[in-house]
Amino acid sequence: MNYAMGLAAVLSAAFGLAAPLYAASEPETVAPISINEGEIELATEAEAPAHLNGALPKIWSGWLFRDATTQSMQMDDFENPAMVFVDQGLDLWDQPDGAEGKSCADCHGSIDDSMKGVRAAMPKMSEDGTDLWSLENFVNNCRTTRMGAEAWGWSSAPMESMTLAISMASRGMPVDVAIDGPAQSWWDKGKEIYYSRYGQLQLSCANCHEDHYGDWIRADHLSQGQISGFPVYRLNGAGVVSIHERFFGCVRDTRAEPFAQGSPEFRALELYVSSRGMGLPVEGASVRH
Amino acid sequence: MNINLAPVLAVLTALAGGTAAAAAETPPAATVFEEDGSIAQSLSGAPGDPQAGRQTMEARGLGNCYACHLVEATPDIQFMGDIGPALDGAGSRWSAAQLRGIVADAKHTFPDSMMPSFYKSAGFLRPGEGYTAKPATEPLPPLLTAQQVEDVVSYLLSLK
Repeated sequence: MNYAMGLAAVLSAAFGLAAPLYAASEPETVAPISINEGEIELATEAEAPAHLNGALPKIWSGWLFRDATTQSMQMDDFENPAMVFVDQGLDLWDQPDGAEGKSCADCHGSIDDSMKGVRAAMPKMSEDGTDLWSLENFVNNCRTTRMGAEAWGWSSAPMESMTLAISMASRGMPVDVAIDGPAQSWWDKGKEIYYSRYGQLQLSCANCHEDHYGDWIRADHLSQGQISGFPVYRLNGAGVVSIHERFFGCVRDTRAEPFAQGSPEFRALELYVSSRGMGLPVEGASVRH
Repeated sequence: MNINLAPVLAVLTALAGGTAAAAAETPPAATVFEEDGSIAQSLSGAPGDPQAGRQTMEARGLGNCYACHLVEATPDIQFMGDIGPALDGAGSRWSAAQLRGIVADAKHTFPDSMMPSFYKSAGFLRPGEGYTAKPATEPLPPLLTAQQVEDVVSYLLSLK
């Protein structure tokens, strides 16, 4: 056996083990996100939830994997470019719409009180328990059945502003989604999708975000793919990006045909990915590049 | 008698050349991997060009190899990634046949490798039309042509 063959055998053996050969890299620091000179502090590290069975040593906010300039934009609410969209969401909250002439506030009152914890528990089973709903589904259900208004597009501007404003009411609360009972089969499906290698590039979510967070693909610093900061303001497209919009872009970039935004597949994936971040705080208006 | 044979010769040469290339090129579906994941013969039937190989490796629409691999011998290339192993010394560690197998479809050498299969046209999950998000029908054109694989292999062999 020559040296090259020997190495191949060693590498093959290493790949056969559970531990990846080219391990992920842990963040250098795990400082909290300190906002408005310490007025609000969001933890960036939490214990990995038990249902991950050791797949991750700890869980970390995507904020830790961004450069200092991007990080600082989230550390002051006046400089945070997402806040403009939060304000638009707050305006929409008070604005009557549809045949009933009602606003969100007419039934729910204050967004801070009535929506507290809502984002942290999303997605969750629908009221009749037959479907898994994202926050967008709950908003549209209210609009169509109670307000007599048109449904908003999944990643339309008003939907993104509204979900952002609702997320702010959970800022700092730990992600806490139900994955048992009727949600169990959705979680199983989401997990299957997470580990499936899609497209001509044959990449799964796990290839980058479980096996290689902290490593670099060209100039991109890979994160754990946590969605506790969503919806996020992305500098990349200078706008708000929903969870499913990000899923869509990621799967597209494997040279694949992605699932549709709002599809059962992406809602299942949203539940599974949310569950990987249980314990990290909802960031509300976050900034990524 | 003075007949100009040049045009006839040109046609004959083109035919011979074309036939030879078509016969010698191995399409993705017919590629034979050895037990260790290597490919014994040139996929194009022709030798590789190392300089063309370096360009194929660098082009983001082709190999984009530096997205994941570092080569210390070429510090002029910006933003080299660290997902896969550094490629310096690849030509000393591996044979041409082994490198050909890894570039064409690394999963035959490393079953769980994250590395995309550059000379593979079918067997994908929800394949798309490039980066358009539109569905594509297999067989897909492979990410690299047979000659581009050979070019990359010849460049890697030069990294001693």
